[in-house]
Amino acid sequence: MIQAKGIVKSFGENHVLKGIDVDFIQGQTNLIIGRSGSGKTVFLKTILGLFEPDQGSIHYGNEVLGEMTKARRKTLRQEIGMVFQGGALFDSMTVAENIRFPLEMFAAMTEQEKDERVKFVMDRVRLDGAADKFPSEISGGMQKRVAIGRAISMNPKYLFCDEPNSGLDPETAIVIDQLIQELTHEFNMTTIVNTHDMNSVLEIGDHVIFMKEGHKVWEGTNSEVLGSTNADVEDYVFKSKLFKQVRQAFRK
Amino acid sequence: MITNFFEGMGAYVLLMTKVFRRPDRWRLFMRSLVQEIRLLGLDSISIVVILSVFMGAVVTIQTAFQLSDDPLIPTYYIAMATRESITLEFSPTVVSLILAGKVGSNIASSLGTMRVSEQIDALEIMGVNSASFLILPKVAALVLFNPVLIILSLFLGLWGGAMAGDLLGLVPFQESIMGYRLEYIVFENAIYGLIKATAFAFIIGSVSAYSGYSVKGGAVEVGIASTNAVVRSCLAIILANYLLTDLILTS
Repeated sequence: MIQAKGIVKSFGENHVLKGIDVDFIQGQTNLIIGRSGSGKTVFLKTILGLFEPDQGSIHYGNEVLGEMTKARRKTLRQEIGMVFQGGALFDSMTVAENIRFPLEMFAAMTEQEKDERVKFVMDRVRLDGAADKFPSEISGGMQKRVAIGRAISMNPKYLFCDEPNSGLDPETAIVIDQLIQELTHEFNMTTIVNTHDMNSVLEIGDHVIFMKEGHKVWEGTNSEVLGSTNADVEDYVFKSKLFKQVRQAFRK
Repeated sequence: MITNFFEGMGAYVLLMTKVFRRPDRWRLFMRSLVQEIRLLGLDSISIVVILSVFMGAVVTIQTAFQLSDDPLIPTYYIAMATRESITLEFSPTVVSLILAGKVGSNIASSLGTMRVSEQIDALEIMGVNSASFLILPKVAALVLFNPVLIILSLFLGLWGGAMAGDLLGLVPFQESIMGYRLEYIVFENAIYGLIKATAFAFIIGSVSAYSGYSVKGGAVEVGIASTNAVVRSCLAIILANYLLTDLILTS
């Protein structure tokens, strides 16, 4: 479990995060949603330790991130998997080499064990036959699956996804969403997904946090989103005609 | 502008303190080192060959043009002067300046692209020292291989000079060889050039890497970083050349 307690973060006069308290639940997909500029990405990077909070603390289990030694932070990073918005795959490496990379760097495994782990991960994220291809030779959806594969190759406790569906067609986006949720439940990870995609919210939002102007203004489950009477959530979620109809159908 | 310069110098020094750390995995480091030697070193041989041969030829023609009016100067002195020019300045400095253009832009654009496509962030989040992992093999490859390129350039420059002198009837080939061997001092001629080559290799690798690694933005900024890498490397080489020449020859 990851806890954010009273997180405040500013860049000069720009106050981005204004005191956020959230518990991210283990074994669930925790979705952070909100408009562009609401502070989602800064919040995600603060949880990851890429930004130090001005006030407040991030807790990984019983440990406070800001109080960890450099050595402990380094080992913590090996417990974290990250899926970037653009994939951030190493373009000079093949698909298999990308997935193998964290194992080469950190795993105390024999070559055979690494081979087996890569094969297992590739099967799990359904990348059969793509092992020797380079990222530039595969589709956007496959690139996202490689990124997920690389993120889970070290069997992490924590999985972070920054807009994993951006740039994907709706069908592929659902496949990626379902894969993230399956893996979260299967490996009992604490997964945090930063997204704009309302389909993702309804599809995999075990725990949804809505942010606005640096504040957490609402949290609940995906089914609770549809019944929410919070004005900010209604304004954001039910902007489109489709979701207005979905809400009406849900309330009937 | 002065503030920016000192901020940049500070950031460069801080980056270098991150770069020169023990690699997490020696096996991966050695693999990267071999790849970088191929990419930055071996792939530069053709340009060094062409540049050196013609550079030697031009230096011989220029020197012959300056000295041939005086019948009291033996023709092998033209070769001796050519040797001094090539070994002391042209091979280490001019070849390094050309490599700063070819290799420096390559380093800056590859690191800049990795930065804007979040590949460097991915390494950092995994717990990898991205500066050391990406930059150290490049700097090490250049420092190891640039002296080899300079030695190659030196021999080809002298050969080009001797050939041009012979073909144009300025200096017979045998007299060029005699001139090259006349009052040859190993330190002044060869070691001095290699010291420069090593220093310039470090400058090309580290300055270009700094330009690429510190990119913020997108494709346009990567292009600017690539240009900056070449300009900064060339300026640093010229300044270092002056300092090293003063330091070595006057001490």
